[in-house]
Amino acid sequence: MFSETLMEVRNLTVDYVGETSIARAVNGISFDIRKGEAFGLAGESGCGKSTVAFALARLTRLPGLVSGGTVRFEGHDVLQFSKARLKAYRWRETSFVFQSAMNALNPVITVAEQIMDVIETHQPQLGKRGARARAVEMFELVGIPSQRLDDFPHQFSGGMRQRICIAIALALNPKLIIMDEPTTALDVVVQRDIIEQIVELKSRLGFSVLFITHDLGLMIEFCDRIGVMYSGELVEVAAASSILTAPQHPYTRALGNSFPPLTGPRRRLEGIAGSPPDLRALPQGCRFSPRCSRAMDVCTQVAPPLKYYPQSQGQAACHLLQ
Amino acid sequence: MSELTESGPFIATQQSVTNGNPAPTLDALMGELKIKRRPGFLRRFPSGVQTFLTNGKGVAGLIILTVFVVMAALAPLLSPYDPYRRAGKPHVQPGVEHFLGTSRQGKDIFSQLLEGGRTSLTVGFIAGISATLIGLAVGISAGYFGGKVDEVLTFFVNVALVLPALPLIIVLASFVEEASPTIIGLVLAFTGWGWSARTIRTQTLSIKSREFVLAAELMGEKKWRIIVREILPNMSSFVVGGAVLATIYGILAEAALEFIGLGSPSSVTWGTMLYWAQRSQSLQTGAWWEVWPPAVAIMVTGAALVLINFGVDEITSPQLRAARLGGRIKKFLKRRGRSVDVF
Repeated sequence: MFSETLMEVRNLTVDYVGETSIARAVNGISFDIRKGEAFGLAGESGCGKSTVAFALARLTRLPGLVSGGTVRFEGHDVLQFSKARLKAYRWRETSFVFQSAMNALNPVITVAEQIMDVIETHQPQLGKRGARARAVEMFELVGIPSQRLDDFPHQFSGGMRQRICIAIALALNPKLIIMDEPTTALDVVVQRDIIEQIVELKSRLGFSVLFITHDLGLMIEFCDRIGVMYSGELVEVAAASSILTAPQHPYTRALGNSFPPLTGPRRRLEGIAGSPPDLRALPQGCRFSPRCSRAMDVCTQVAPPLKYYPQSQGQAACHLLQ
Repeated sequence: MSELTESGPFIATQQSVTNGNPAPTLDALMGELKIKRRPGFLRRFPSGVQTFLTNGKGVAGLIILTVFVVMAALAPLLSPYDPYRRAGKPHVQPGVEHFLGTSRQGKDIFSQLLEGGRTSLTVGFIAGISATLIGLAVGISAGYFGGKVDEVLTFFVNVALVLPALPLIIVLASFVEEASPTIIGLVLAFTGWGWSARTIRTQTLSIKSREFVLAAELMGEKKWRIIVREILPNMSSFVVGGAVLATIYGILAEAALEFIGLGSPSSVTWGTMLYWAQRSQSLQTGAWWEVWPPAVAIMVTGAALVLINFGVDEITSPQLRAARLGGRIKKFLKRRGRSVDVF
């Protein structure tokens, strides 16, 4: 399973350029997304998760700047794509579901037209009838009766609208779907519903997912591997099954300790003391060191590199592991 | 877990990291994009003022306008001759004695230009600013209070919008023989506020529905405070921009009215200078120095105000501020064979 690499991110660096200063929001992160895999990015607000998602979609706009790194999609560098290549890359190869995706629906156009739009743009050979048939198919796929195709967005509930957006994202059978907090605006029941649907579709259609959320519980259930970000850097990458049971990095452990388990003995929730560092005044050495309960002298001087550790079968960036 | 051992470690090895086209360090990047800390004297100002003062266009406009205003204010000291009296032979060419020549009636053009600037600028600014203030008061009340208040005020806005300034002045001029610049300015103010009232009302309606206004209402803030502290700052650049454009309109309209002969021909303004130049057929007789100075003065003042408007716009718009860096970021990406286009 998951042997071929679909997307290879290396040293991705994203800066926000101000008039008098630059904030490095993503500092040289590297990870792979393999075919058919759900890769998760977790971390506190402001750690750079969404900035990564936008960079992979090549949607970084001023004042954002992807100042370095490569993003290879099936071996081709996304950052170097021409306009025409970019158009094919977006949606036909990679599609996106963003946090407020439901607001992406135009209120005065029927949802059928909005689904058919994307099909007709990228696969004009299908024709109107073919596009319509595909739209019906997509609606059934996300569990909305196809009689409702000719309704307007406001006639649907929030959860349904989000599912319509997922249907639009799936319409062209992309190889990768980037989901940036796709269910954050929804209640837990609808959230579960949608996630289960995506899991089911993923196993049926075999696409990969980059899943971004701060809901670690949801992520562990849904993803195969998880990367934990802190202050613009990846601190740990591990299998979802082991990231909570055998966390390598103190930050991952602290993150795991800050929400209650549903089963098992009750224990004290710890949380993480302090707050994330200001990107314009970063601490020396390891960025987590000021908040880390196990920080050593070396932590405040040298930034630990992300290394592979066989005992966890994952990567982590911490001096404690050496 | 089994899939992990099957495929081996899926890691970014040290080697693949190094071939990942590393980004320049922050210092190198700041150097390449020419981003510097602002000098100390600038940092003492509030950030809005800093933005304006580092905007080339805005500062250029401000300098031009300041020069004009100072020259107009010091007109009695600077003008070599009495602008209202004959100072030499008719249509003397620009030279040592008469810097910009003389008019058909032998009045010194340079002295008239300075004296005319006083009236034209004063009338323009008073007309523009009072039109904006009336528009602001009416528009924000109509938008915020809604209901009956809105209906009544919008009625007056519509009346003001359909009232044309030029014919109204023509009518007034026939009552008041030789309308003085003050009267012209007042008429312009009372006919020119409709447009700003309408746009400010729309702006207020959209800001009013935002959550922070609702929150302020729930917290029990007083109505005038909500208007002044919550709503008004959100459209400050909009209001200032409107005032600048209204001032340009005021200066141009005043000149236009006087040019077609509706002002008092005995007053000295840029408009009446053009009126006399037209009357004496200066262009036809080759006396360009009687026409060009007031015309250029009006154009340059208008341009200076537009430049100031650019600077003001930038203060409240992060996109515009980021666009300053656009060219440098484009170059940065071009050097690396990438494009800045998002779509």
